[in-house]
Amino acid sequence: MDLIIEYQGQLLSGTWVTIKLALLSLVIAVLFGLLGAWAKLSKNILAQKIGAAYTAIVRGVPDLVLILLVFFGGQELANSIGTLTGLWDYAEISQFAAGVGTIGVVFGGYMTETFRGAILAIPKGQIEAGVACGMSRLVIFRRVIWPQMVVYALPGFSNNWLVQIKSTALVSVIGLQDVVYNGFVAGRSTRELFTFMFAVLMIYLVLTAISDVGLRWLDKRYSKGIVRSEDG
Amino acid sequence: MGDSIVQFLETWSPIDIVLIAQNFDRFLWGALTTLELTLISLVVGGILSIPLAIIRAGNNPFLNAPVWLFTYVFRGTPLLVQTYLIYYGLGQFEWIRETFLWGPILSQAWYCALIAFSLNTAAYTTELLRGSIVNTNRGEVEAAKACGFSSPMRMRRIVLPSAFRRALPAYSNEVIFMLHGSVVASTITIQDLLGVGRWLNGRYYLAYEGFITAAVLYFIIVLAVSRGFRFWEKHWLQHLYPREALEVKPAKGAASFRI
Repeated sequence: MDLIIEYQGQLLSGTWVTIKLALLSLVIAVLFGLLGAWAKLSKNILAQKIGAAYTAIVRGVPDLVLILLVFFGGQELANSIGTLTGLWDYAEISQFAAGVGTIGVVFGGYMTETFRGAILAIPKGQIEAGVACGMSRLVIFRRVIWPQMVVYALPGFSNNWLVQIKSTALVSVIGLQDVVYNGFVAGRSTRELFTFMFAVLMIYLVLTAISDVGLRWLDKRYSKGIVRSEDG
Repeated sequence: MGDSIVQFLETWSPIDIVLIAQNFDRFLWGALTTLELTLISLVVGGILSIPLAIIRAGNNPFLNAPVWLFTYVFRGTPLLVQTYLIYYGLGQFEWIRETFLWGPILSQAWYCALIAFSLNTAAYTTELLRGSIVNTNRGEVEAAKACGFSSPMRMRRIVLPSAFRRALPAYSNEVIFMLHGSVVASTITIQDLLGVGRWLNGRYYLAYEGFITAAVLYFIIVLAVSRGFRFWEKHWLQHLYPREALEVKPAKGAASFRI
């Protein structure tokens, strides 16, 4: 316990990196999720195909493989493009950017499925009514689809977010100094890896517990006026 | 002919296909390790989860609380940290290093990964099985009671067979998550599918080849698994599908009939 207090600076800075990583990748995931849901529901066959390929790849390939591919492969690709076009000499992809980008895009694939299901759950007549009232597509999205979609998507969204927070641990493999990496380094130098890994475990538990409270609040707020059949 | 193909690939392909082909047997061994790890931990975790789910579905607070704590901790934290805790962490304790388990099991990466994965999947499976047990049709349970079934017999003959079937779609997700999660093994020196990819890239200073090959093979495995589950679901959940699906569409003009 004394050791934990001694190394609390490293652990806290790592936790902060984890939180930033998780929140930023969540923003990307929501954007890609909306885009993906739009592509999968659109009448354009090409967009449908791209959307289907996107979710299939994301669900078929483990996230760590993609993180490594983006971090090492992306670096190489950026450099070959640089030498080929002569625009830049040496480009470097930071661990943070690779982590945020990859985790965001991967969970965007899961969000796509959640959002698609939520949009499909909205009765079609309401959208038709919107069209009949002369609303533009943007207004229909903002006033009819979005408020209801949030309610339907929230359980899936919560699930995805809880998985996503835990997935951020994988970026420690490419050397980003998140809570796992810092905890590991501190544990190794003090020869007390169990103590530090246990502390990291507890930090993740706190993060998921806080998210749980937040998500429950959101659920309450958005499902006002909806009668639930169950007691949940 | 063969030489010219090799030469063509060596000059024109953006990734070194020849090198991948030369090392392909390693990738297959890696895939085997991945499948082995995933399958064994699913079996061990699955067996563990059945009694735990029954406890969670029951209302004995003394049994329920520890099981709840177990599933809460393992579901709320990353598999990577759980694996590190077991593989790197346990060595911190002198008394663990002195037990007979240390040499053959707890100091081996493979067994540590297996223990972490099994406990992890046991926690997730417990909760999804619990949900499915709790949601068993009340009428079925009442009918069993009326027939004089004892409580363990009800569980064994009525509740569990139906709960397993209804849990199948959620369980297929868990299997795929476990497959994805098994990449963690490569971070503790195990040569699984990703481990081989990382080895290849490290050895030849490459950026794409190993990871892309691993990604493609993972994709194929996941595709096969999810196809398998879809087939299984069709078989085992037949009785829950709407009736119409079973009816034969009548030919035009013919009298409609049912089979």
